[in-house]
Amino acid sequence: MVNVRTRALGGVLVAAALLVTACGGSPGSAEKAASPSDPATVSGEITVLTNRTDLVGDGTMKRYAAEFTKVYPHVSVKFQAITDYEGEVKIRMNTSNYGDVLLIPNVIAKNSYPRFFAPLGSATGLAQKYRFTGKGEVNGSVYGLASFGAANGFVYNKDVWKRAGVTAWPTTPAQFLGDLQAIKAKGGATPYYTNYKDGWPLTKWTDVLGSPSCDPRANDKLATAADPWAAGSDLRIGDGLLYDIVHGKLAEPDPSTTNWEDSKGQLASGKIATMWLGSWAVAQLQDAAKKAGKDPASIGFMPFPAQSAGKFCPVILPDYLYAVSSHSEHKQAARAWIDWTLDKSGYAADNQAVSTVKAAPLPAALGPFTAAGVNFVELSQASAAKVNAIDNASEVGLTKPDYRQHLIDVARGAASGNLDSTLAGLGKKWADGAKAAE
Amino acid sequence: MTELTGARSRPPEPRTARVSHTPMPGRARRPGRITPWLYLAVPLGLLLTFTYVPVAILVSDSLTNWDGVSPDRAFTGLDNYVQLFSRPELFGVFVVSLFYLAAVFVQIGLALYLAVILSFSVRFRNLFKGIIFFPYLINGVAVGFVFLYFFRPGGTLDTVLGWFGGGPHLWLGNPHLVNVSLAGVSVWRFLGLNFVLFLGAIQSIPGQLYEAAELDGASRWHLFRYIIAPGIKPITSLSLILGISGSLSVFEIPYIMTGGSGGSETFVIQTIKLAFEFNKTGLASAAAVVLLAIVLLVTWVQRRLVPDEKADLV
Repeated sequence: MVNVRTRALGGVLVAAALLVTACGGSPGSAEKAASPSDPATVSGEITVLTNRTDLVGDGTMKRYAAEFTKVYPHVSVKFQAITDYEGEVKIRMNTSNYGDVLLIPNVIAKNSYPRFFAPLGSATGLAQKYRFTGKGEVNGSVYGLASFGAANGFVYNKDVWKRAGVTAWPTTPAQFLGDLQAIKAKGGATPYYTNYKDGWPLTKWTDVLGSPSCDPRANDKLATAADPWAAGSDLRIGDGLLYDIVHGKLAEPDPSTTNWEDSKGQLASGKIATMWLGSWAVAQLQDAAKKAGKDPASIGFMPFPAQSAGKFCPVILPDYLYAVSSHSEHKQAARAWIDWTLDKSGYAADNQAVSTVKAAPLPAALGPFTAAGVNFVELSQASAAKVNAIDNASEVGLTKPDYRQHLIDVARGAASGNLDSTLAGLGKKWADGAKAAE
Repeated sequence: MTELTGARSRPPEPRTARVSHTPMPGRARRPGRITPWLYLAVPLGLLLTFTYVPVAILVSDSLTNWDGVSPDRAFTGLDNYVQLFSRPELFGVFVVSLFYLAAVFVQIGLALYLAVILSFSVRFRNLFKGIIFFPYLINGVAVGFVFLYFFRPGGTLDTVLGWFGGGPHLWLGNPHLVNVSLAGVSVWRFLGLNFVLFLGAIQSIPGQLYEAAELDGASRWHLFRYIIAPGIKPITSLSLILGISGSLSVFEIPYIMTGGSGGSETFVIQTIKLAFEFNKTGLASAAAVVLLAIVLLVTWVQRRLVPDEKADLV
């Protein structure tokens, strides 16, 4: 999810997609994509689908592939960089032609993984070495391994916060609001930037889930929750904070014309104080700071302002999962690429991301977190399929920007209602969806 | 608002040409009955492949619970339609279409006015024609991005209004303004198409009529009222049909500029979201079929109210 979003261009493809005929793909083989024991015996040409158009464009991926072929001399790797990854790959999944290695599109329901992807190994075995295996696990087999992970938190401009007299991380939402008010009073910077227009940064607010309660089962509990926005719930605390920020006029005055690419430079140069993102954004903002002629060290990262037993509980989340297509003719070679990318490529470290390999050190961006002794939470995904089904049936869209855009509209007075009525409406939709999804 | 594709609903009538039956010397072979079909094969093939087959698939998908990805789907009969019509809020978004409908009349009036002016001899006439038609040639995505900058706080529009003392507005952020702004973009973009249609129709009116009328002492207004207006009646009614059906199915401009947020959601955007965000492809197909039916119905009503008659000149 690091790549530049071009939803607008995607829209045109989506429109075209309405006309694309859907041919039901024949099921692929259930053959396992096992890790090869001897690199010299693996051969074949594999196609890797990726959303990192930037890395394919500047030749970084080619360099990775060159390193890879030093170890696996008989395998050649081809890349297909796709700008509208979600939209395009979803349609290709209707055929048997979706590459050998791909990132599982978010729209694919977890329980249909066995139909599209080759099993990579048993969950108990892989979990010893890798993080996030729960996200790709169906009935004890793992079908997808996370490309990397990220912790969630607020990216902030340290200088702006310091100028407003705030030096310690706020520990409650109320304190956080007070700090934003201090920044506003000081002037010169927008305390918080919503990125309303681009939408996807708003979806990150769902990642608050698990932080206030410090509960690894926070996501699973949604499957049985009567109202995910009940008083004191994680989503209530997160969405309530977003509402209060906008309602208190602590966000940008016109959310409808925000621009993600611009916002990076603005945060780096101190025109924006804070944005809620993943830890992957730190590296991008440090780049932006360098380009703006500022000190990259001025970009800070803080956890969600809530503590449990005196400790912050930032959640670590997996990004896209790598999978091997069940239609692949070179499953071993495909698996070799995944193994090499996770274990040897240094891709996660290059991107300041949390490596999927448990033994790998945490990225520098999370240094302050470890120094502060935070309690990292990794969410269980045992009931993810159910939660996803309810989410779709109810049309709430926990991972879609729509309901938070509406919440912001309500908060700034551009739509009728208030925080309670909006969240109660969502709770009702969720309950209806839960009934429909049964 | 009006897409050229809509013009298919009313193809130009073929000219009936008299076929010469004199055989060419040395080629006594009679042209087979199959020849016209060979000529028609390509356009018919394209029409079937890209219009009728997808519509048939759309209708069949609308009778299933397909999620858009899964290889299997269950036949659910009219369930999707029942669900659709038992959720009246899904049709509430047609209120947004009213803004675009109002814009259609502005657009047609303006296009007609400009076409009439430029059909008389005016200085730099061809330059103006080019300028007015140009926006129609720009890709919709590009138009969306250009106008995003235009409407930004402190953007072009606010700056220009500021010179005349107009206060800044949240053109896309204010729920009372957003649809007006978007409809305005739509007028800017599609004005050129209507303009060219009108201009072509006006220029096909024989020149002697104007001369005769001028000799009889007709003013410019008389020329318009008694020669041009009746002469271009079929084009006016075509423009209205295209405009009204277009305003029911607005998509591109609001999708690119606001994504349907802040009260600018249209029926097509809502359908896209059902299909691609919530994986309810069956339901979304049903919504698309209903929209098609509504557009056909509106067009039919319109044709009944304004029957298609030949231009009653000469």
